[in-house]
Amino acid sequence: MQSYTTTHLRQLEAEAMFVLRETAAQFEKPAMLFSGGKDSIVMAHLARKAFFPARLPFPLVHIDTGHNFDETMTYRDWFVEEVGARLVVGSVQASIDKGTAVEERGPTASRNRLQTVTLLETIEEHGFDAALGGGRRDEEKARAKERFFSHRDEFGQWDPKNQRPELWNIFNGRKHHGEHFRVFPLSNWTEMDVWQYIKQEEISLPSLYFAHEREVFERGGTLLALTDFITLQGGEAPRRIQVRFRTIGDATCTGAVVSGADTVDKIIEEVAAARQTERGTRADDRRSETAMEDRKKEGYF
Amino acid sequence: MSETQGYLDMDLLRFTTAGSVDDGKSTLIGRLLYDSKAIFEDQLEAVERSSIQRGDENLNLALLTDGLRAEREQGITIDVAYRYFATPRRKFIIADTPGHIQYTRNMVTGASTANLAIILVDARHGVIEQTCRHAFIASLLRIQHIVVAVNKMDLVDWQEDVFRRIKHDFEQFASRLENLVEVTFIPISALNGDNVVDKSGNMPWYMGPPLLYHLETVYIGAQENHVDPRFPVQWVIRPQSDKYHDFRGYAGRVAGGVFKKGDEVTILPSGFSTRIKEVVTYDGPLEEAFAPLSVTLTLEDEIDISRGDMIVKPHNQPHVSQDIEAMICWFSDSTKLQPKGRYVLRHTSKEVKAVVQEVRYKVNINNLHKIEGEPHFGLNEIGRISLRVSSPLFFDSYRRNRNTGSFILIDAGSNETVAAGMIL
Repeated sequence: MQSYTTTHLRQLEAEAMFVLRETAAQFEKPAMLFSGGKDSIVMAHLARKAFFPARLPFPLVHIDTGHNFDETMTYRDWFVEEVGARLVVGSVQASIDKGTAVEERGPTASRNRLQTVTLLETIEEHGFDAALGGGRRDEEKARAKERFFSHRDEFGQWDPKNQRPELWNIFNGRKHHGEHFRVFPLSNWTEMDVWQYIKQEEISLPSLYFAHEREVFERGGTLLALTDFITLQGGEAPRRIQVRFRTIGDATCTGAVVSGADTVDKIIEEVAAARQTERGTRADDRRSETAMEDRKKEGYF
Repeated sequence: MSETQGYLDMDLLRFTTAGSVDDGKSTLIGRLLYDSKAIFEDQLEAVERSSIQRGDENLNLALLTDGLRAEREQGITIDVAYRYFATPRRKFIIADTPGHIQYTRNMVTGASTANLAIILVDARHGVIEQTCRHAFIASLLRIQHIVVAVNKMDLVDWQEDVFRRIKHDFEQFASRLENLVEVTFIPISALNGDNVVDKSGNMPWYMGPPLLYHLETVYIGAQENHVDPRFPVQWVIRPQSDKYHDFRGYAGRVAGGVFKKGDEVTILPSGFSTRIKEVVTYDGPLEEAFAPLSVTLTLEDEIDISRGDMIVKPHNQPHVSQDIEAMICWFSDSTKLQPKGRYVLRHTSKEVKAVVQEVRYKVNINNLHKIEGEPHFGLNEIGRISLRVSSPLFFDSYRRNRNTGSFILIDAGSNETVAAGMIL
């Protein structure tokens, strides 16, 4: 008798495609959050597979902090063109100009938290009832208990103590008017799985992920890139070294790691040997023990 | 280079861990994660900082999984936490479920996607009521592989007869359970790492492998049903582009059996028959598709098919009925199952209305006794009911196929998932 076996990547792929199709089927107006980071790129790649040969049955939504790396924007525009997707941009600057979001003050100010305001405004403005995100449970301890289909009330809030149990492959996306869902097709993927899949599928990524020379400085144990959005404080001395980014987000709080890994294979080796989580380089998570949970309750990704 | 290639060939084992509060479950998971390098320095440092701040005597590994504020404050685990680790052989997903009052609901949830369950037994206490409850839930959810990890062997002087007695007691109880294919007993000390990753020198009488080796090598290929072809249609793909003008594909995840190009198939509920034109994927057509792959099927004839329909083979069809007999586990703490109660039922890609016809019995999950004449189900209660649904379901028994034999009940008012069901 023939044996029907599948690798872990094929199983994760099949699961993610199933979740993407459920989202398209169960919701009236879903959207996919797209940051230009590797997880959202992998998620969008899986969506292409799930709906092939049709186009994506939902738009890509970019919540733009205005503090972007140029490489991310170049990649985003190329990718949208390549996939033939519709792009919706929610601008944090626009929220600030309207007065719905208030810019943080001080030298360590970040627009990371403000993204939540813009995200919720964008969801409301377009009437999205489900927002697909690339979040993974292995990223952060508050995410370890996140559901594939994560219910949000009419204020966009997450109640971790009152989540719907998820059994087998049956997802309950029923909701009352005004409520919406966040959906995480990559829930069961690890950072390593994502990299292995990028290798297997030969997915191209923004150049930021690969080792390159860049001016960086150290702040609170994190290596930050010197950009136009950052004001150096006393004692902070930028230096030019070989770095790469393990995550890509707002340029003011995404840390770099010293690395010579300039190919996917070298990155996989580096991830295998790494002793720090990828979010270990995120200044936004270091603010407190439950920083991620607090942001998620408010409606963060 | 060969190492990164090796990672691409791993398979996947999903397991759940069951144990009561002090039997060392967190320590065991912590050790598996730590020894397989799935715990990172910054996570460990964060746990060290919190442990010191809380005044815990030892490194509190439970803090790795208990990430929510309320959990940290109250020192409890609220929910199923999923943890991940990998060895060069396999990737593992652990559904870690808490040991307190909501246990049943959480263990049922964790067990629903697991291939294997580790049941922890404290060597000093032996097989207790909780052990039996865990074994019953594992068998109810059709977890075919059980590992009974007899923990804290260091506290019973590594004695073989303690281990043998526990093995004997468990086997006695397990003989009354269905669905268990394989039960493996391993004496361990999670705290010291004996027989967790490496073979223990303290128990030369134990001839079997350490726990991790067993997890890495246990055969799990039989988990999916590759015999009865079932393809619930999830989504209809119609590109409406010039290139794919007449394309009409049925997207779904194979729930059982094998589908090949040219196979004769029957569509439910219409009963029309046709042939598979192609198994379509983004990467090119496949020769065949089998569970659990997500693919798209195109058919030779134009037939009206929509979400909730099922593609099967003419000579191997599922049950088609509006009357369902099932075991259920009640999940809601705010409402009880009502006789004649009406719910929304989700089964594969189909959603129907359901009314409770009869409550047959409840099960005392500590001793497996049937309780009759108690028509209401509260939180964590398990039992057998009959349901009548608004349009026919296409199903198999849960024992034969987890995908086509499982369902959930939803309260139409609150939209909460209130029960998990396994069709008999």
